[in-house]
Amino acid sequence: MIKQTLSLVAAAAVSVSAMAWEPSGKVECIAPADPGGGWDFTCRSVGNVLEELDMVPGSVQTTNMAGAGGGVAFAHTVSKRNSDDKLLVAASTATTTRLAQQQFPGMNAGMVKWVGALGADYGIIAVSKDSEYQNLNQLMDALKDNPRDVKFAGGSATGGWDHLKVLIAAKAAGVGNLPSVPYLSYNNGGEAMTQVIGGHVDAFTGDISEATGFMDSGDLRVLAVLAEERLPGKFDHIPTAREQGIDALGPNWRGFYMPADADPEAQAYWVNAIDELYASDEWKSVMRQNGLIPFHPPAGEFEDFVRGQVDDIEQLSREIGLLK
Amino acid sequence: MDTLQFLIDGFAVALAPQNLMFALFGAFIGTLIGALPGLGPANGVAILIPLAFTLGLPADTAMILLTAVYAGAMYGGRISSILLNIPGDEPAMMTCLDGYPMAQKGKAAEALALSAVASFMGGLIGTIGLILLAPVLAKFALTFGPAEYFALFMLAFATLGGITGKNPMKTVVAATLGIMISTVGIDNTGVQRYTFGILKLYEGVDFILAIVGLFAISELLLFIEERAGAGRKLIQVGKLLLRPRDILHVLPTTLRGGSLGFIAGVLPGAGASLGSFISYTLEKQYLGKKGHFGEGDPRGVAAPEAGNNGASSGALVPMLTLGVPGSGTTAVLLAMLISLNITPGPLMFTQNADIVWGVIAALLIGNLLLLVLNIPLVGFFVKLLSVPPMFLLPMVTMIAFVGIYSISHSTFDLYFMIGFGVAGYLLRKLEMPLVPIILGLLLGPEMEKNLGHALVISDGDWSVLWGTPLAASLWLVAGLGLILPYIVGPILRRRMRAAITEDAVSD
Repeated sequence: MIKQTLSLVAAAAVSVSAMAWEPSGKVECIAPADPGGGWDFTCRSVGNVLEELDMVPGSVQTTNMAGAGGGVAFAHTVSKRNSDDKLLVAASTATTTRLAQQQFPGMNAGMVKWVGALGADYGIIAVSKDSEYQNLNQLMDALKDNPRDVKFAGGSATGGWDHLKVLIAAKAAGVGNLPSVPYLSYNNGGEAMTQVIGGHVDAFTGDISEATGFMDSGDLRVLAVLAEERLPGKFDHIPTAREQGIDALGPNWRGFYMPADADPEAQAYWVNAIDELYASDEWKSVMRQNGLIPFHPPAGEFEDFVRGQVDDIEQLSREIGLLK
Repeated sequence: MDTLQFLIDGFAVALAPQNLMFALFGAFIGTLIGALPGLGPANGVAILIPLAFTLGLPADTAMILLTAVYAGAMYGGRISSILLNIPGDEPAMMTCLDGYPMAQKGKAAEALALSAVASFMGGLIGTIGLILLAPVLAKFALTFGPAEYFALFMLAFATLGGITGKNPMKTVVAATLGIMISTVGIDNTGVQRYTFGILKLYEGVDFILAIVGLFAISELLLFIEERAGAGRKLIQVGKLLLRPRDILHVLPTTLRGGSLGFIAGVLPGAGASLGSFISYTLEKQYLGKKGHFGEGDPRGVAAPEAGNNGASSGALVPMLTLGVPGSGTTAVLLAMLISLNITPGPLMFTQNADIVWGVIAALLIGNLLLLVLNIPLVGFFVKLLSVPPMFLLPMVTMIAFVGIYSISHSTFDLYFMIGFGVAGYLLRKLEMPLVPIILGLLLGPEMEKNLGHALVISDGDWSVLWGTPLAASLWLVAGLGLILPYIVGPILRRRMRAAITEDAVSD
């Protein structure tokens, strides 16, 4: 009921702002990576739904601009396109992580306008089916005894999102000496999981979408999902970290930023457009088909959410000595 | 039983009209590339990579196209060996020995047809071997931890020079160059190396750029330099007089050659040249006085062709299951897989089953297509051999530039590619092998990562590197691979040289 009212309000807001500003001509969406990845998916699927819902006049063109984990696209937006009203750039937790760790030299999260998020993938901590650990508390107790006792494998670089999720959970569980928790970085979650299942590494940190294959085959035991409540559908048997008394959250959201100096009315248009799109049945079916889990801070709060996430990651990165 | 189901699904992928069309196109282009002297399979696949990007092909179609080119190049290599006495690529070197004498006796058509049948048999045996062995090895790959992977990479580097390599020192230098280039970028502990504050360098050097530059662009520069404007003089291909008896006569040879070649192909680093060499020499010894090898014995044509086609499928086994290429061309294919966001290994057989089995099914179909292409159309390929390269050059250049640009829309990448092209040209002038550079570039970071992981797991104890029986035996084989070429190599090479009058233009 409340959701419906909200979407009505959002729709009304769009129609009001549409009077003031609406896109004409070509809209561009930059995916800061090669075709085939998550950012590319964000641009293309959102572009399609925007077209279906007639929220853009023509088509949304996706441009792939790979480099420096999104840094090339970020620099391009800030330096060359800073007043473009019709430019969206796909972003995710990987973007905020790199911003927080100052891996885009001379750039920070305040240099762009954060538009909105449209769903998320949630972090998990898992072990092989033969592992001695049956729940997250046993694993964390082992870490408390000796932080070097449990070795983690994940698909991001050291200090990247998969690594940070372990640290977020360990910190929430009260593990001291975070920098000495061993983390092995692999090229992707699949490689990391293979090593965990092969018994070479103790635990896996990654996103729920990566783990479905080995979860279904029974090779992987997911100890906890880092979400506020249990995930819907076939994931509902997985306990959250919160249920186990460890207050750790790890949503890997998908969303957009846009140029900071664009017309404020254009910015308002896109913020509301993402809101409306998120509420649509078309987008719900995209989420269902692609395993995206609901995640959507309300229109006005996304900027604050991004700032908060950047601050948290920055603090955590300092604690483990990644940032000086 | 699972395998059969997967294979049937694979056929569904491979038989999709678009995929079938690209398989046919790849087989055709591959044969042509293989037939052109000097343009080996690794170069051929490297030249076609940008085309896959230009056309925006989906992952399965792109891989099917490139594997078809790969298989086609293995077929094509024999054409110039037989007609010109110049091997089209290195693995076809042994085919000259009996192929050219046959052609001189006026049996060029027979030699071409028989070698096509032998290639088919070799490719068939190799692909069946791949189907049987790969899923088993993929499961076995779970037992590979960081220490085992590190030893395996050492093995790949140690056997790189192979038995046919000319100068082991140059191989080492080239591999080191590759590893050095691979250190550019943010390493996996988050430290920047050699990035000089340039954002574009943060993710390191894209190996697709390096491959297209080193192989395709340098090939262009060499062509320009040679000004090979005129076509080549060819031996006339007469009417085909082939009886079923002739085919039956060489059938046992192709079975032996194909199996031997497959085994040689599976060994990391050894590859197709070794496959054709072993098949030829063993066949010669096996038949002894019964054959007249070196004077135009049809079995002398069949053995190496079956061998190198068997080996080309065999080389896919370690590439698909462990991510360690068994030859130069599979290294290029591996780079393509990685840039399509597909990680080879046990997971690929479940997560990307459509691609793996689609490619395997495409290999089977491609072999059949190639046989059909190569018997009636052989005259056409022979004619194409005499097309002056000046008509091919502009096309290749255009495809390379458009393709690389379409990957990331960055002119920086184009300059980088040209830079690699010039470097590749100079290195080839110095007779430096290029494949080890690519292997260094591809495997260097993996090797470093696995070393780091092994040491983290063991809390800094180096003995973990040879702590398991599997790791220890890999080290042993690597050691042998490093020493053996010094002992066996000179003997084998002397025999090869003695047999081949005109030296090969090869990598």
